[in-house]
Amino acid sequence: MSPLKIKKGATSHSAYNLRPNFSDVEERHTLAMLVENEPGVLARVIGLFAGRGYNIDSLTVAEVDHTGHLSRITIVTRGTPQVIEQIKAQVGRIISVRTVHDLTVEGASVERELAMFKVVGTGDKRVEALRLADIFRANVVDSTLGSFVFEITGAPDKIDAFADLMRPLGLADVARTGVAALSRGE
Amino acid sequence: MTRQMTGAKMIVQALIDQGVDTVFGYPGGAVLPIYDEIFQQNSIKHILVRHEQGAVHAAEGYARSTGKPGVALVTSGPGATNAVTGLTDALMDSIPIIVLTGQVPTFMIGSDAFQEADTVGITRPCTKHNWLVKETDKLSGVIHEAFHVATSGRPGPVLVDIPKDVQFASGSYTPKTASKSHYQPQLKGDMEAITELVEAMEKAKRPVFYTGGGVINSGPAASQLLRELVESTGFPITSTLMGLGCYPASGDKWLGMLGMHGLYEANMAMHGCDLMINIGARFDDRITGVVEKFSPNSKKAHIDIDPSSINKVIRVDIPIMGDVGHVLEDLLKVWKSRGRKTNSEAVAKWWKQIEEWRAVNCLKFTQKGEVIKPQHALARLQELTKDHDRYITTEVGQHQMWAAQYLDFEDPNRWMTSGGLGTMGYGFPASIGVQMAHRDALVINVAGEASWLMNMQEMGTAMQYGLPVKQFILNNERLGMVRQWQELLHGERYSQSWSESLPDFVKLAEAFGAKGIRCSDPADLDDAIMEMINHDGPVIFDCLVEKHENCFPMIPSGKAHNEMIMGDVDTSTAIDADGKVLV
Repeated sequence: MSPLKIKKGATSHSAYNLRPNFSDVEERHTLAMLVENEPGVLARVIGLFAGRGYNIDSLTVAEVDHTGHLSRITIVTRGTPQVIEQIKAQVGRIISVRTVHDLTVEGASVERELAMFKVVGTGDKRVEALRLADIFRANVVDSTLGSFVFEITGAPDKIDAFADLMRPLGLADVARTGVAALSRGE
Repeated sequence: MTRQMTGAKMIVQALIDQGVDTVFGYPGGAVLPIYDEIFQQNSIKHILVRHEQGAVHAAEGYARSTGKPGVALVTSGPGATNAVTGLTDALMDSIPIIVLTGQVPTFMIGSDAFQEADTVGITRPCTKHNWLVKETDKLSGVIHEAFHVATSGRPGPVLVDIPKDVQFASGSYTPKTASKSHYQPQLKGDMEAITELVEAMEKAKRPVFYTGGGVINSGPAASQLLRELVESTGFPITSTLMGLGCYPASGDKWLGMLGMHGLYEANMAMHGCDLMINIGARFDDRITGVVEKFSPNSKKAHIDIDPSSINKVIRVDIPIMGDVGHVLEDLLKVWKSRGRKTNSEAVAKWWKQIEEWRAVNCLKFTQKGEVIKPQHALARLQELTKDHDRYITTEVGQHQMWAAQYLDFEDPNRWMTSGGLGTMGYGFPASIGVQMAHRDALVINVAGEASWLMNMQEMGTAMQYGLPVKQFILNNERLGMVRQWQELLHGERYSQSWSESLPDFVKLAEAFGAKGIRCSDPADLDDAIMEMINHDGPVIFDCLVEKHENCFPMIPSGKAHNEMIMGDVDTSTAIDADGKVLV
């Protein structure tokens, strides 16, 4: 297990001094971890969240390094700064977890999510849905005379906005992958 | 050259290579190949317990009294589920143990086979790490890694689940040195933070060392360094239940245990200090009392090898992540190189205050009349055993707190108790594990009659292996701590908190072929204790004590360190509505 890698300059001595005053305000953080790709590793991580009462807003997991047997788990979570620090420390001590990065505090990062929307309708609503999809750069991946399936990629906010617009136009079903995220730069 | 052998042989070979001399276990269908290998060798002694829970607690006792990892071997299904309590206990108290479980063959996993349980699933939250090994080639590497994980960093229990076909199949053996683990916890503390702590120590007017089990887990050298630090600074020191023995009870800087049933002077010092130096403790709720009122005016430093312990409960000012031994070594170096400075005038004043608290004599009791007070029984046990090579285990409850208060520990690894989980039934099997590691020592399990009955089947184990463990039962025919809480919190409605239909403990001992001693008269107590000590074999000592004695001092639920209640006071309003929901 390696110590949490939090950018230098953020703190005078240790990662745990990051915020001098622990506030009661809940924050949304994106945690990116590299884990050993072995049976049960996801259960270890989400079992910890369930067992200690932490929130999961979204979760993605897939193998990212086949030869190194590493998977990336990206979890968007919510909590007070003290809870977020605890989550990072608790996740960090799982033996199969190699690294934990808090992308929300470790400088700039990019977040993307893929979603598919099934919109059912005819006439004006159908035309309007297609027009809005074009504005959002959503692709049509399935089409019948009475429905579309749109595919859209973007930050979670953008996908939320698209969902809001589709709802009155006959939104029938949604599938979202959850957030994948990486830090910017080198 | 890789050596080919069966999985079962590999397991025994790996244990031998890891220096294991004793395994506590219970056979069953899914571990028969391993037991067959155990039968054909003489390097490892197998202790047949009478229940798998006993095997794990015995392994804990062995580990805690030696500093080496303990090993338990149980079968699949019920064998594994019976091990869960011990695993959780070891996790809470950071005890390095390796539990090997048999599993149904790989091709039957998931079919609800006979004696199948999802062992790695069940034990995932109660182990530091666990493995299901599906290939014999990987088996020995995993076992070596299991020892590494259990004993490195913050120690803890690990479990290796081994399907029966993997035990039968042949594979290549990986020697101990061949595997390089990714798990390498940081041992050295940050020098900048250590220097900051030294600066705080130089200025401190009312310092206190608050030590815990981490000092003992760090090894005997850490206890030595701690003693040097305490002696050279002259600061007072208290310890959690888990840390007793890291600093000698006879030392003049010793304040006694702190916490819910800790000593008045220790808790008052914690409340009033201006610098708290936490060394290897974790601000457990038995220690802090109500968090909002915990030591309100102090600067707090925290040395801990587990990053998740830091700022979990109490926010600290100087966090130092690292092994206690390593950090203390650097701390002493820095402190010496800066000229061994302390604010000795202020510290002397602080000691004067502490002496006033000490003078309250919070553990005083009066032994009078025909009935033995439990405190008296332990005070006499202390007096009559203190010069022996002595190890103490306990069960959980009032007797455990009294033992912590009235028995003195001079050295680490001499005190084995279930602290975090509070497992009734821990002490007896633990005493068996301790005695296996220290055959000539005096091993005493201080017990309550209710706790002791939870794992009394281990009498068979003690007899079979001639382990002269002394079961010192403070028999009040009550679940004393439950009864005490019902008195304080539930209007003296003693719901289900008495021990009825108790066995005759003397006859019970005799039924197993052991010695039983009953003592109810204070005048006979010393002789009876001496008889117990001098008997060369297991003894059940049935000490009939005062039935309604309460354990004091006590920080009531929801109160702060400076709001302790002492014995002989009105306790009816000690705990308010908010405190009642706490445990």
